[in-house]
Amino acid sequence: MACFSAMAGFEGKRSMTRYSALSLLKNAFSHHEAWAPAWRKAEPRDSYDVVIIGGGGHGLATAYYLAKVHGITNVAVLERGPIGLGNTGRNTTIVRSNYLWDESAALYEKALSLWEGLSQDLNYNTMFSQRGVLNLAHNHGDVLEAQRRVHALRLNGIDSEYLSRDEVKAFCPIIDIRPDVRYPVWGGTLQRRGGSARHDAVAWGFARAASERGVDICERCEVQGIRREGGKVVGVETSKGYIKAGKVGIVTAGHSGVVAAMADIRLPVESHPLQALVSEPVKPIIDCVVMSNAVHVYVSQSDKGELVIGAGVDAYTSYAQRGSFHVIEHQMGALLELFPIFSRMRMLRQWGGIVDVTPDASPIIGKTPVDNLFINCGWGTGGFKATPGSGWVFAHTLATGQPHAINAPFALSRFETGKLIDEHGAAAVAH
Amino acid sequence: MLLITCPWCGPRDEIEFTCGGEAHRARPQDPAATDDAAFADFLFMRTNPKGLQRERWCHSQGCRRWFNLERSTITHEITRIYKMGEQPEASADATSPARQGGQP
Repeated sequence: MACFSAMAGFEGKRSMTRYSALSLLKNAFSHHEAWAPAWRKAEPRDSYDVVIIGGGGHGLATAYYLAKVHGITNVAVLERGPIGLGNTGRNTTIVRSNYLWDESAALYEKALSLWEGLSQDLNYNTMFSQRGVLNLAHNHGDVLEAQRRVHALRLNGIDSEYLSRDEVKAFCPIIDIRPDVRYPVWGGTLQRRGGSARHDAVAWGFARAASERGVDICERCEVQGIRREGGKVVGVETSKGYIKAGKVGIVTAGHSGVVAAMADIRLPVESHPLQALVSEPVKPIIDCVVMSNAVHVYVSQSDKGELVIGAGVDAYTSYAQRGSFHVIEHQMGALLELFPIFSRMRMLRQWGGIVDVTPDASPIIGKTPVDNLFINCGWGTGGFKATPGSGWVFAHTLATGQPHAINAPFALSRFETGKLIDEHGAAAVAH
Repeated sequence: MLLITCPWCGPRDEIEFTCGGEAHRARPQDPAATDDAAFADFLFMRTNPKGLQRERWCHSQGCRRWFNLERSTITHEITRIYKMGEQPEASADATSPARQGGQP
């Protein structure tokens, strides 16, 4: 089952082209047909120091920071399908860190600070655009909550400002602020450092940078079992055979419960469908991200010109990557409430992803009851924004065996101690 | 979109219903005597199966009565609907049957 011959040539040496204006020019002469693959297609070897289950953004980021920050390169990322085709390729690409509670603020702000240098760090254009994230307030309660959150964020050193109704209109002129609609706009909070990024590029960039440092990214390698000896994990059974592992990290989002069950671990997680849709591409019309809790819509415009619109979760659990139509219908109603200008726009396509929702809408990052088995899950409807930060803290946890100060509060054991980090409704948008 | 047959009202559109999550989770009879781990298991832990799941639903926009159903979380197919208090045998391919001794 070992494939040393295929691997040996890559050990310890950098084989990837560094992307630059010069390499672009060079490849232009060969009509861009001679670009090297962005990452190696690795076959799994017999044994690794660290095996990461799940090749989404979070898993790939974990592998990258393990190699870069901790010098651990004998690492495999095992992905059932091709990388980045789960929630990494299905989200609405919004990045922000305006979370109310101190624990969340530290975690998401760590992620945002990594986002700010990510394209340079990875030598891969993640198209991170700090265009500003606007969260609307529609009633007196919303306004009080928004202003409280602005102050809490500022105390945590995170940029945030409160906008009046007219300032909202000035920042995003196409919002309908008439007072006689069902959910009139009263104001909003703005995080100017927030924005969006290209989700696929995040997966590909992390994969390329991790692969370059020696990490094996094994696609179409499904984990089917977790082997334990004496309460300690020793390896994983996969569709490509048994792989010995010093440590194992589960980073499988909607399928976290399924994978954790392989080690007889129960999680406080329910898997729900979360839907999103895009419109036909149009000329630039909205240059920021707008989110509204009351009507529940979040919208931005991609560089291709499509409106990217997120819906809410379906109430039932599912692994089907699709949800019910009435959720989309509600979504369109909410969109038109805020933006009557979109009333004749056609929607191009719609899809669903499976999100792992926890009781407190905060992730679980840390140890499990099984030694050397770690888990990073429960990101629910908002994991994309955290991708680099999630990988960074989880890499620390895997490398040292202990959580970093940032992710220590996000332990699985909090559901037993009762020290929850309740971001339901506190995190600027309902989950 | 689900078509759910309410045991009292017949087949109705999903939007008339509220999903109450995993069924047959029994609150510990004596919470004060239950340790934190066991109570956390009742309160927060979920089986979250990929396959057949027993769920509570309420016909909240109709007769407002609760009932149970068994549904595939892969295909969304509803394989069984039964009233509160009933405890039918598990389907042969149920991945997560109700825990024995549970109350509705």
